[in-house]
Amino acid sequence: MSKYYLNYLDELESEAIFVLREVWAQFQNPVILFSGGKDSIVVTHLARKAFYPSKIPFALMHVDTGHNFPETIKFRDDLIESLGVRLIVGSVQESIDQGRVAEEKGKNATRNALQITTLLDAIESNKVDCAIGGGRRDEEKARAKERFFSHRDDFGQWDPKNQRPELWNLFNGKQFEGEHFRVFPISNWTEMDVWNYIKRENIQIPSLYFAHEREVVWRSNSWIPNSEFLKLDEGEEVVTKKIRFRTLGDITITGGIESDADTVEKIAQEVSAMRQTERGNRSDDKRSETAMEDRKKQGYF
Amino acid sequence: MLDNNQLLRFTTAGSVDDGKSTLIGRLLYDSKSIFEDQLEAIESTSKKKGHDGVDLALFTDGLRDEREQGITIDVAYRYFTTPKRKFIIADTPGHIQYTRNMVTGASTANAAIILVDARHGVIEQTKRHAFIASLLQIPHVIVCINKMDLVDFSEEAYNKVISQFEEFSSKLLVKDVRFIPISALLGDNVVNRSKNMEWYQGAPLLHTLETMHISSDINKVDARFPVQTVLRPQSDEYRDYRGYAGRIASGVLRKGDEVTVMPSGFNSKIKSIDTFSGEVEEAFAPMSVSITLEDDIDISRGDMIVRSNNKPEAQQDLEVMLCWLNNSPAKPRAKYTIKHTSNEQKAMVKEVLYKIDINTLNRSSDDTEMSMNDICKVKIRTTKPLMVDPYRENRTTGSIILIDDATNETVAAGMVV
Repeated sequence: MSKYYLNYLDELESEAIFVLREVWAQFQNPVILFSGGKDSIVVTHLARKAFYPSKIPFALMHVDTGHNFPETIKFRDDLIESLGVRLIVGSVQESIDQGRVAEEKGKNATRNALQITTLLDAIESNKVDCAIGGGRRDEEKARAKERFFSHRDDFGQWDPKNQRPELWNLFNGKQFEGEHFRVFPISNWTEMDVWNYIKRENIQIPSLYFAHEREVVWRSNSWIPNSEFLKLDEGEEVVTKKIRFRTLGDITITGGIESDADTVEKIAQEVSAMRQTERGNRSDDKRSETAMEDRKKQGYF
Repeated sequence: MLDNNQLLRFTTAGSVDDGKSTLIGRLLYDSKSIFEDQLEAIESTSKKKGHDGVDLALFTDGLRDEREQGITIDVAYRYFTTPKRKFIIADTPGHIQYTRNMVTGASTANAAIILVDARHGVIEQTKRHAFIASLLQIPHVIVCINKMDLVDFSEEAYNKVISQFEEFSSKLLVKDVRFIPISALLGDNVVNRSKNMEWYQGAPLLHTLETMHISSDINKVDARFPVQTVLRPQSDEYRDYRGYAGRIASGVLRKGDEVTVMPSGFNSKIKSIDTFSGEVEEAFAPMSVSITLEDDIDISRGDMIVRSNNKPEAQQDLEVMLCWLNNSPAKPRAKYTIKHTSNEQKAMVKEVLYKIDINTLNRSSDDTEMSMNDICKVKIRTTKPLMVDPYRENRTTGSIILIDDATNETVAAGMVV
């Protein structure tokens, strides 16, 4: 019977497809949280597989900080068109204009934390009962304790000490009015698994992941891209480097690394030799030791 | 990494002092799975707390409260990969008040690592871990006899622990038990073979994890296909397509197989097994596929497609080993939602037959109140039949959870006897 076993990527894929189908069966109005990053792209690809030959039965929801890489927005729009799914955009700029949130002040101000309000508002106004995310347990220490089906109370908050036990493959998505779930189909994938899968499945990803020439500034140990939102400090200068991004977030906080990797094969090779975590270049995680846990409790992705 | 590498899930249960965090740290560190920025973060926290050197326990503690109190509260998942396999560690706290977390981690594991301090031998906690591994039918148990450096790497100390463990485990149902003498702190027999224990002829821990046979851990005999959802594409090309989507729980299904749909009992044949990449001739657990049948039968979520000559039992009265997971004790004769595969019904715990003291394995039929972390044998009555197999034969179709409708919380996990 030895031929009847799956390799690790097939097993991870099968698990994720199972989770996505559970979402469809257990919730009324689920969406995929789509950032334009590789993880949400992989989740979207898995959703295509899970429901084939039907179309993906979920809308994609994008929380737009207004501080985007232009490449990300184009990629998002092209993908939406090819899949024939609906796009819901939650705009941080609108939240600011409506006075729901205020811009951070100071040198390292970003719109990262502001997204929480916009996200929760978008979930509420669209009556979303389940938001599917690309979060992975290997990303960060608070995420390591996350469930596949993660409950959020009616304030959108996560209570890490009071999570529902999750046994076997029996997922409990029951909720009361106003509450919602976050579901993470690729919980058990590592960064390396994601790249190996992108390579195997030949999944299209934004050009930002590949090495390219870009104007950047050296700040907090990484290359921050030059943009209209960037204010230069004394002593900082804009230079042109060949870089690529390991993760994609706001253009203001996503640091690039110097690299020559311009194909998925080369990226996978580079990642396997990396000695820094991928979120090591994300200044949003560096604010304190429990920065991710604190934001997640409030309702962050 | 080779394309045919398998995924192995294992649990580690232990308390603060038995070296569990050091062992995990050692496995991750020696397999180059700890990144520099993670190590730097731990180093700086270790310094802040006034520890000598790097405290690897900090690496496995994720939440603010855990870091502040220096304890593990919840299951944490860790990942590492070697050229031979990908590993998922469910790192669970070992204290009795966290039985529910051990059970959670054990539910999906291929293997359990049980740590024993060579100086203290088998203690209550060891028995607890072994019992849970047996209850949850973890296919492989590896007893790591740790801190061998503190008993002068003595073979006698190692043999003593083995005989203590075997005396106790003869009462349990664990199929495959191995013993490895290690020093997690110094690295002996973790990744590299120990030079201090030439008398030990077996493989080091990592090599054991990399090579143990796990393909037979899933039942490949009894074909069970719980239907998750029905795929009915709204396109001209697939107008008549009706695919039953699900993940094969156990066994193998082939095109042309004669199947029965439970609970309705209708018979048909498998017309096709479809995936995104195309049709396949056969599919096996744990593949996610979409199945079409020759006949138009009314099938929906909660139904199960099985081979006609090998059916599970449709039961409304179940005997179940139940682990209570919730802060509020069970309410006598209360109704709960029961989840079994993709099926969901109402259920009532009709009778608590006995409670097990998980330290002594003694059964008590006097005390039948079920509180958090209690493990009891109970009788459950459901409103409609469930298609169950004994848990010992099938971990997927033999497991259930109970949900309290008043709180929506998962309050109990059960294994069908």
